[in-house]
Amino acid sequence: MSATAWAWFVLLFPLLGSVVIAVGFRALPARAAGAIGTTAIALAFVCGVAALIALLGEDADARHHASSLWDYASVAGLDIKLGIFVDPLSVYMVVVVTAVSALIHLYSFGYMASDEGYHRFFSYLNFFVFSMLLLVLAGNFVLLIVGWAFVGFASYALISFWYRRTTATAAGMEAFVINVVGDIGLVLAAILIFRELGTFEYEEVFAKAPEVFSVNEWTVTAICLLLLLGAIAKSAQLPLHTWLPDAMEGPTPVSALIHAATMVTAGVYLIARTHALFVLAPTAADIAAFIGLATLLVAASIALVVTDLKRAIAYSTMSQIGYMFVGVSIGAYGAGLFHLMTHAFFKALLFMAAGSIIAAMANDQNIDRMSGFGRVMRFTSATMLAGALALAAFPFTSGFFSKDEIMAYASARGGMYLIFTVLGYFGALLTAIYTFRLIFRILPGRPCREAQELMDTGHVAHEEPRNPATGEVEDTEVGFPGPEHHIAEQSASMRVAMAVLALGALFAGFVQIPGVDNVIGNFLDPVFADSPLSAIHPSTGASWLGLAIGAAVSLSGIGIAYWLYVVRPELPGELQRRFAGVHRFLSNKWYFDELIDILVVRPALAIGRFANQTFERFVVDGIVTGTADTVRSAGGLVRLVQSGFVRSYALLLVAGFAGLALYFLLSSS
Amino acid sequence: MEQALFFAAAIGALGGAIGVVAMRNPFFGVLSLIVHLFSLAVLFLLLTSAFVAAAQVVVYAGAVMVLYVFVVAYVGGGTESAWEPIPGQRLLAPLLGVALFIELSIAVLASSLLALGTDGPDVRAGFGDPAAIGNLLLEKFLVPFEAASILLLLAAVGAVVLAGHLREGERS
Amino acid sequence: MNIEWYVVLSSLLFAIGATGILIRRSPVVILLCLELMLNAGNLALVAFSRMVGNQDGQVFAIVVMVVAACEVVVGLGLIVAIFRRRLPLDVDELRELRG
Repeated sequence: MSATAWAWFVLLFPLLGSVVIAVGFRALPARAAGAIGTTAIALAFVCGVAALIALLGEDADARHHASSLWDYASVAGLDIKLGIFVDPLSVYMVVVVTAVSALIHLYSFGYMASDEGYHRFFSYLNFFVFSMLLLVLAGNFVLLIVGWAFVGFASYALISFWYRRTTATAAGMEAFVINVVGDIGLVLAAILIFRELGTFEYEEVFAKAPEVFSVNEWTVTAICLLLLLGAIAKSAQLPLHTWLPDAMEGPTPVSALIHAATMVTAGVYLIARTHALFVLAPTAADIAAFIGLATLLVAASIALVVTDLKRAIAYSTMSQIGYMFVGVSIGAYGAGLFHLMTHAFFKALLFMAAGSIIAAMANDQNIDRMSGFGRVMRFTSATMLAGALALAAFPFTSGFFSKDEIMAYASARGGMYLIFTVLGYFGALLTAIYTFRLIFRILPGRPCREAQELMDTGHVAHEEPRNPATGEVEDTEVGFPGPEHHIAEQSASMRVAMAVLALGALFAGFVQIPGVDNVIGNFLDPVFADSPLSAIHPSTGASWLGLAIGAAVSLSGIGIAYWLYVVRPELPGELQRRFAGVHRFLSNKWYFDELIDILVVRPALAIGRFANQTFERFVVDGIVTGTADTVRSAGGLVRLVQSGFVRSYALLLVAGFAGLALYFLLSSS
Repeated sequence: MEQALFFAAAIGALGGAIGVVAMRNPFFGVLSLIVHLFSLAVLFLLLTSAFVAAAQVVVYAGAVMVLYVFVVAYVGGGTESAWEPIPGQRLLAPLLGVALFIELSIAVLASSLLALGTDGPDVRAGFGDPAAIGNLLLEKFLVPFEAASILLLLAAVGAVVLAGHLREGERS
Repeated sequence: MNIEWYVVLSSLLFAIGATGILIRRSPVVILLCLELMLNAGNLALVAFSRMVGNQDGQVFAIVVMVVAACEVVVGLGLIVAIFRRRLPLDVDELRELRG
């Protein structure tokens, strides 16, 4: 079968899985829903690989196909098709998304086993994968927007999965509203593209763009900035990033899938896909790169002080996506996308391991209370360490090769872009520090109470169910997490998923060793061949120099963390006291939440209050009741004639007759 | 001769009419109306309508006015209060009356019916006789004649009903 | 006499009758003024009949007389009914039909 046929099947299976589970949830036994969901994504992965193989069987230049199911709208110059676009970029994304999603489904099979909303979870999760694949495979901007919106909805549904928790529903709404702001940008960009180029289809748009637009013309810059707005919102970059840490209210598999591996990478994919437009608007591309750099540094600084385990990993995600933004904006397309893949592996793995530890802590997420799990939960600790090494770019892990490739490209491009290299390495230092801060706090040391209980009894600690953020008491019925907590050591499905990801996190980098092989780069080359930036290659020597610097940075970061948290554990407390102001600034997340409250939330509420109290009461009500009052008074006036006096009626009669007679006399004369 | 009679009858009719309107006591009003009706009968005779004149005297002045006399005797001649509750009525009513008269007069005097300015055509001897009226009633105007009879019946029944026995609780 | 004189006299009597209805408050007197108006109409009918030269107008006048008689009967019956229920015989006092 052709690659496009396989691609249609890729879309079909997750949708089918979601619908089957949603419709048959009463009839399906509990674990069957999980099995159906996981199988659906596994089948999608198989079809994705088959599409990849089919694509590889063609010439490198001919590997782009558009295929459409039917014309959605064909009127007055508007031609929208329900069509997909299969080329190396989309197939790459499909394979990465389905692989990681399948493993996370497998993990959830065990992790969510005692949750009352098991069926709903898998239905939503399958729907999310379908939406993400639709986004990635879309062949025109309209279908892209459809997939984009579906993904936003799936994220909302899954963040507020435990819907009886007010913190979760508030976080879901926050994520959705901020994503809508990005959606506005995306829709406006699509409209502008149609207005300037007359079409929505990818192939036509990217072919026509260089002919219609001149470099840095304001229209193409506006289009790129609007696309950037959408990308920023979806990928949680500054300033639309505040939703991502709050999105950790969702279950851990959700955090792993949506907010680490797939949905937040949609912005990166968008910029990579529309690189032809960004090439024509270098200003916008530079703005994107600087936003990525700023996010990278701000998020890393906040991750140094956060005490909630999942939020720390969330800020790490934000920071790593900053790297990817830098990559695809300055022209290192292959490097940025390679980092996307490796990041998907090790970040999902970190979330899975974190989920296991949080389960052992009876849903407590505060790292200040965790310690000593290294001895008790060996498998979880090993996989967590693997993920952390990859994140910190320890030599020869996957993160090592992918992150440093971006910085090497930036230095090869030279000029202003050296700043990306320098600050990128600084960010890598911070990354290593905060990553191993988590490792050295949780794993070594004297076992905490829950770890001790697990070691002694072999049972996971059970406590009164509480909201980890606010501490209020909950129950374990539907809408809240289930009564049992599953750790990897006690669940085979969780172990299999984490093991596969650990292998990927450690060894996936070997496909992109500079000077030796360039698997991903070569595969993605035809897509980006039209960009002048893809012609810039760092030399092998420069790449290895960069790798050496990166290794040094990573090892020193791990060393600093070791010194701060193992050798001299009292030092962090002292630093916190000495630099209390800085610490407060960082732990309040640079006061972004307060800024948005003042700039956006309060004006919106004030407008609402004005509308309700003033406009509604005086203008609208005034018009409506005013009309009614006018009619009533007019009626009152007319009623005065009905006096009840027969003689006045007779007077009116005679007067009328006299008037009529006068009229006729006058008209006949 | 004819003119003198006309003016006498006209004065009588007008006097009677003004008397009806102006007299406080309704009994005197009834008497004024009788005078008026007789004057009208004379005017009918001047217009060679013998039968109508006779019917006027017999039916109108005879039966209808007798009815009025009975009722006024029963009801009594109560005088009306002087105060006018409807503002402007005492002013507007005469004005409207005058306006009405002027308009109608203009309509008559300025009309294009030239025959109004004459005495009318010469008529044969039996014009206005009972025989002629009778012929018309039974031939050309049979239906109005019968309808009028039914109307009289209805009126009689209505009168009986209206002025009949009072039911319980109606004496206020 | 010209027919005009009769018709103008008829309109004068009509106007006087109309004024009377508007001014007087006793129902009996109002009915009497109504009679005035009807008779004015009769006079006009007979005058025109004389002008035209046939007797249709006179027959019409007789029918008018019949109708006037019926109306008087019903009106006086109403007045008797009012009187027997001891309501004031004043048209301005009887005004419950109002808005």
